[in-house]
This record gives sequence, C-alpha cells and structure tokens, in this order.
Amino acid sequence: MKEKINWKEVLLQPIFKGNPVTVLVLGICSSLAVTVQLEGAIVMGISVLIVTGLSSFVVSLMRNSIPNRIRIIVQLVVVALMVILVDQVLKAYMYSVSKALSVYVGLIITNCIVMGRIEAYALGNKPIPSLLDGLANGAGYALILIVVAFIRELLGSGTLFGVQIIPQALYEAGYVNNGLIILPPMALIILGLIVWAQRSIQKDLQEK
Amino acid sequence: MNTNGNLYTVIYSTVLVVLVAAILSFVAMFLQDKQNENVKLETISKVLSAAVQSDKSIKIDETTNVLELYASKITDAFYVDGNGKRVKDMNMGKENLNDIEVPTTSDLKKQNDLLKKIADGDKELTDRLELPVFIFDIAGNEIRVIPCYGAGLWGPVWGYIAVAADGRTIDGAIFDHKGETPGLGSKIAEEPFYGSFKGKTFSSGDVKFSVLKGDQSGNPNAVDAISGATITSQAIGRSINLWATYYTPYLQTVAAAFNQAAVSAADANEAGETTNNEEE
Repeated sequence: MKEKINWKEVLLQPIFKGNPVTVLVLGICSSLAVTVQLEGAIVMGISVLIVTGLSSFVVSLMRNSIPNRIRIIVQLVVVALMVILVDQVLKAYMYSVSKALSVYVGLIITNCIVMGRIEAYALGNKPIPSLLDGLANGAGYALILIVVAFIRELLGSGTLFGVQIIPQALYEAGYVNNGLIILPPMALIILGLIVWAQRSIQKDLQEK
Repeated sequence: MNTNGNLYTVIYSTVLVVLVAAILSFVAMFLQDKQNENVKLETISKVLSAAVQSDKSIKIDETTNVLELYASKITDAFYVDGNGKRVKDMNMGKENLNDIEVPTTSDLKKQNDLLKKIADGDKELTDRLELPVFIFDIAGNEIRVIPCYGAGLWGPVWGYIAVAADGRTIDGAIFDHKGETPGLGSKIAEEPFYGSFKGKTFSSGDVKFSVLKGDQSGNPNAVDAISGATITSQAIGRSINLWATYYTPYLQTVAAAFNQAAVSAADANEAGETTNNEEE
C-alpha cells in the first residue's frame, strides 16, 4: 500500500497553519526563557530544529524494530542522544552562547514538539518525510522564537545581536528601554499577541 | 518477527543503550580538548575580572585578549597550604601564553572536599592543602585573588575574591555557578551582588564572612543576600567563610608584612631616607 506524500504540506504546514508554538501551543517554556536576546534565540531555534529533524529521522529508521512496550523509552534515548550531541558541540564551539542558554539546551529533551512529532509522524512514516517533518516543525518553533526575541531585544535592550539599534539621540530625548519586556511574563503576552494576529488572519483556526 | 517478546525487548534496549553510550563517549573524547580550553579561558577571565574590578580603566569583554592581559598583569601565582606556606608554583605564561596554568573547578572541588574533612576534625590534612593564590599588579596596587567553592542549590557555586595589599580588605569579587535558578540564584553572577563585596573585610573572629538577610551597609564582614535565593546566597557565604578560614594563616603573613612595610616606610620618612623595602 503506497500513500502519496504531499511534500508541500509536510514542509509548510508546521511553519504557518500548524505551527507547533502558536497553534499546538507546545514548547512554550523555552520560548519564554531564551527570547531575551536574538542570538540566543537563533541558536536555540537551530538546536531544536536539528534535534527534531535528526530524532524523527532516526526513530523513523528504527520504527519497525522498536518493541512497542518500551517505545517511549527508546524515543527518549534517541532524543537524549541528539540533545547531548548538540549540547557538546555548542560547549566546544559556541561557549558563550551555550553559557547564556544554560540549562535550556539540555531541556530540549522535554520539549513536547520533539516527542510529539516522533509519536505523531515519525513512527508511521518513512525516514525522509520524517526528517523533513521534524525540520519543518523545528523551523516553525525557531520562527516564533526569533520573532519574539526580535521584539524583546529591540524594545527591552534597544539592541539587535548586541548592537545598539535605537539611536542615542532618542535616549537623550527621554526614551527609556522597557524593563518589563525583559521579564518572562511579557514574552507570554507577546506570544499571545502573535497567536491573536495569526488567528485573525486564518479564520479557520478560531474556535466557534 | 515478534518484537513484543521479553527476550527481544531486553536485547533491543541493551544494544541501543550500549550503542548510544559508545557514540557519546566518542564525541566527548573528540570535543574534550576544545571544551577544556574554553573552560580554562573562562577561569582566567574570571580571575582577572575579580582582580581588575577596582581599576575602571580596564574593561573585559568578548574582544579582550584575556591571556595577554593576564600575563601582563600577573606578578606571582602559587599554591599555599593551610599553614600559609608556599608549596607549589603556577605557570604564569610569561614565556608562552598557552602555558598559563589555572586551577579548574574540579581542582577547587578537590580542595573543598579536603577543607570539609579538616573542618570535621581531620586536622592533619591541613598540610596537604593546595590553595591557589594569584598576585596581580593593578595600577601599582598589589591585588591577591583567592577562590572559593561550595555547593549551591542545584550544583556547585564558586567565585574569586580580590584581596587588597593589607590582606584583609576585599577589593572585588566575582561569582559563577553551574546551574542555579535563572533569575534568582543566578543573580550571584551579576553586578548588584558581587559589587557589594567591595570595601568589606574578612573578620578576625571565627566567622570570616557571611551573606545575611537585610541591609548590611553597617556590617564590614557581611553582604546582603539575594531575595528569593536564600540557599544560593547562604552557599556563597558558607563557602567564602570556609575557604577564608584556611587562607587566614597566609593572609596573616601578608598583613604582617604589610604592616611591617608601613612601619618601616614611616620610619624611613622620619629619618628622611629612601628605602627599597618591599612587602613580602
């Protein structure tokens, strides 16, 4: 039995219409915690993208051999492997970012998007579509992270990538960085605004 | 094939775990050198940041060549035992920057284990301590940097304390941690906390230093703790106190030499002579 895979849907669905953060509301914890600075958010987004992609791929390769009773444990071991690999590479080559992300890289393992995609997709599909599905969901997560981090760093610190964007003259005229934006509650509010914006564009997402 | 049998499940999980362990050990071995180098660079930069805190003209950021700055500022680096005796030299990297030697946090942990045993009554171990001391020349002032290490809430916390030439006054301090709660305990690494150490002194009593609740501006031997991070704050206080206790013999010789030099400088001034008396 062969099923035709709609590649476009696999790749684009998770980025907009079925975005894991704004539509499925998964992975909220880390998207609040690591979005103070754009650089950290991008590295975190890429890390999650790599982890979801590779774990989906590997689990999909193994899907017919996994004993059903220890299915979740096997998936966890694979995800943990990927997370530790990413963590080790960051520690070796991007030490300052890895320090800034602190425990959150390790906590990717608890990110519901990773396990969610493995359970929902990789266990029942071939490796290549699973890889793409994982990557696309990671990208959907990364996209939201970057948008939130952009707003938070710009309004909270007046910088982007650590470079001052808001002109000094504005500060001299009395402009002050918004300290509240740096705090996690504001990230939740920004996230809420993004969900609101998305639902008012895509009417079919609205609950009746 | 029956993938639900007991034997299959056991073999499958065993093979999987061994395989994953092998991959991880291989990667860890491969990346170890690079990671250690990062950690060493960070330690050097922490020691240096503690030392230069009183000199506002020196800023340490990502663009600073930490190794070069360290080698140019340091005048002596060595280990002392619990009796204040110098036991071993540290490479300061005067010839080759890559040779700079600093104790890692795992070295500090070993010393901390010894300190705890001594505090529990095993006094003989005092001779076996190897406590690091870094001496810097910052704008003409002799600054000594000594570390401290202890258990925080989730993992180790450690720090470097800069002591002025008199062997008592704290000139600066810097702290770091493995994984204290972000936003609460992690604030020990931020300026409002470590900045409050400047100008404080080690007490000559039993408790050398503490981190206490409430405003400590009137208390020379304590700083204010961080709200919401009681355990981390207390861990810092306890570890400074423990380490300072066993640095005391050394710091007393420093203080004695400092007073001696001050007295002889005063004598020399009275006699109208110049003197080359150096501390230590």
